[in-house]
Amino acid sequence: MRVTLFITCLVDQFYPNVGVSMVRLLRRYGCEVEFPQSQTCCGQPAFNSGYVREAREVATNQLNAFEGAEYVVSPSGSCSGMIHHYYHELFADDPKLSARADALAAKTYEFSQFLVNVLGVTDVGAVCPHTVTYHPACHGSRILGIKNEPMALLQNVEGITLLPLAKAEDCCGFGGAFSVKLGDISGAMVNEKVDHIGEADADFLVSGDMGCLMNMGGQMKKRGLKTEPLHLAEFLYRFSS
Amino acid sequence: MAQTKSTLKQRANVAFQDDFLRKAVRFTADRLRGRKADSTGALGDWEEWRERGRAIRSHVIENLDYYLDQFIRNAEKRGIHVHFAKNTEEAIAISLKIAKDKNTKLVAKSKSMVSEEIHLNHHFEEQGIECLETDLGEWIVQLAHETPSHIIIPAIHKNRFQVQELFEKESGEKLSSDTKVLAGYARRKLRQRFAEAEIGLTGCNFALAESGSVVLFSNEGNARMVTTLPKTHIVMMGMERIIPSWEDLEVMANLLPRSATGQKITVYMTALSGPRRAGEVDGPEDVHIIILDNGRSAILGDDEFQEVLNCIRCGACLNVCPVYRQVGGHTYGGTYSGPIGAVITPLLMEDKKQWGELAYASSLCGACHEACPVKIPLHDMLVHLRRRYVEAGFTPLTERMAYKGFAAGFKSAGAYKLAGKSARWVQLTMMGDEKEESVLAKNTPMHGWTKYRTLPEPTKKAFRDRWADLAAEPPQAPRGQKPKKETE
Repeated sequence: MRVTLFITCLVDQFYPNVGVSMVRLLRRYGCEVEFPQSQTCCGQPAFNSGYVREAREVATNQLNAFEGAEYVVSPSGSCSGMIHHYYHELFADDPKLSARADALAAKTYEFSQFLVNVLGVTDVGAVCPHTVTYHPACHGSRILGIKNEPMALLQNVEGITLLPLAKAEDCCGFGGAFSVKLGDISGAMVNEKVDHIGEADADFLVSGDMGCLMNMGGQMKKRGLKTEPLHLAEFLYRFSS
Repeated sequence: MAQTKSTLKQRANVAFQDDFLRKAVRFTADRLRGRKADSTGALGDWEEWRERGRAIRSHVIENLDYYLDQFIRNAEKRGIHVHFAKNTEEAIAISLKIAKDKNTKLVAKSKSMVSEEIHLNHHFEEQGIECLETDLGEWIVQLAHETPSHIIIPAIHKNRFQVQELFEKESGEKLSSDTKVLAGYARRKLRQRFAEAEIGLTGCNFALAESGSVVLFSNEGNARMVTTLPKTHIVMMGMERIIPSWEDLEVMANLLPRSATGQKITVYMTALSGPRRAGEVDGPEDVHIIILDNGRSAILGDDEFQEVLNCIRCGACLNVCPVYRQVGGHTYGGTYSGPIGAVITPLLMEDKKQWGELAYASSLCGACHEACPVKIPLHDMLVHLRRRYVEAGFTPLTERMAYKGFAAGFKSAGAYKLAGKSARWVQLTMMGDEKEESVLAKNTPMHGWTKYRTLPEPTKKAFRDRWADLAAEPPQAPRGQKPKKETE
């Protein structure tokens, strides 16, 4: 099966290891992985701030980049969510583009969704004698409805101790431009989130979106917490190789 | 609604200085969330209930003219005087006229957010008519000369010690911080006054089209006193409060208390169907309903926002909102706070520039939509409001330039690669590293980020530059299970 990577600009520019982990994991299961170099960003930063014209310019490039893909898989529930939930509306006034947007949405998956629901893999053979706590990223969970997939993958890791995270479903405060525009409100949110991460006191904080992990990780680093923030793909790969 | 000219950020900063407020809001929001989870879990099929609620409300709003007409005709048949107010001024004029006709000195009120929306107390007191809030939370807020900071828990921002202080000041007595003692004092004090009032004024949870009845949900019993003891009863309702039938009320009676406070059923559900009839021993002699538009009809027919009129004012979106949790209700500046306030305030208020910024008070996490008993897509509406704010030209030039730059840098891979490389260079040389916040970061909008977090460590080699090597690697053997689906 052919998998086209939608790497997301954040992973591309800041967290390439997440992408590398994802590719190696997918190829283990026989996926033929391709990476169109023409891709950039889903356009969400502009869209969520109300700049629809700008978002559309960027999103049009994505439609072109993934034309002809069989499956599009991304390490982000938020960026996949943008395609699923908002591309239709973004191109609504153009029947041709909106049909292409719908087609792209129908074949776009977030990483854990693809692994569990398409490939049918819930056990990657990872062994991890450490403690882990999990943050369900909002867009993955609420826009794409990813509720059980990441946990299924984590529960099958041999030797793992999963620790509960208080108010896990509460937003970490990232919200893209929100974290800069209303920095103090976002800061109060990430402070509370990291209070709970500190209470969980796990070796790893795992989540499915690098935006959230960058946000929580940035505050964790300021506090000097020993917990390491890690994307689910990178975590699963690290402990299965 | 409030006429404040302060900005969202300024108001948030006031909240950040108030530890009592922030602790009190979190404490109560957490309790309500826990109770809601228990009570909806016990009911079962919560998603089906939500869908029924949504369907009923959407149907009414789509046919509001029909149901309003039916409601008004049925209410009038029951001897109720029905008035329609286009805006605040008309609503105040109508209610003041009724009050003056009855030589009113005291109005006993039970909870009404619509009366807050039109600042009724203020206008009445200017005319020398006293308004007494008889809902405990509303009374606390009134004694503190504040406004409600939550749709259903007006004094959520106050703890019992602050309430003790307010009550001691009011009574001149020494009380304790025991909530029973405090509630007991309020009960004693308020009871004396219900009978004095010439007018009882309430809100309306649901107005039943098929019978012309007004239904009130309350927990303290004060609404019953307000609607039976004074000779005149005024109902203030938003024009969207209608439901078609008693059958629909059953659905709402299941959805509203559970969503609001996690109660399986409200303590008092009162259906009022007109003035006292011959032979009846209590009830008002005269009942007036004032139906308020105040910007609502402008939302009707607006595809992007019409569903917001489905709202049943339960406050569930406030209780789960991670922004509301940090800053409390007064930060929103208007009558309605939390996600619902961030959506309806800019829609109802005339000054779109002043109030439009509320749409940015959200991380767009979607918790509000998930909690809403009638499934209003509040997170989508916030994005749509932002788009209108941008289209109206209200955003600063620097921001508009930044997003133009974003589009230019991200609409093709060539520009993007260059932008990525330059951004990494800027960050590495000027924005400071993991430990220190640089002078540049401190003095740019990036400070919003760096004040609370370190910047991510830029990578030397982007994923796209690693791709060729990665693609050339031989595939590894699976470690765990084989995939269920055959792959080629």
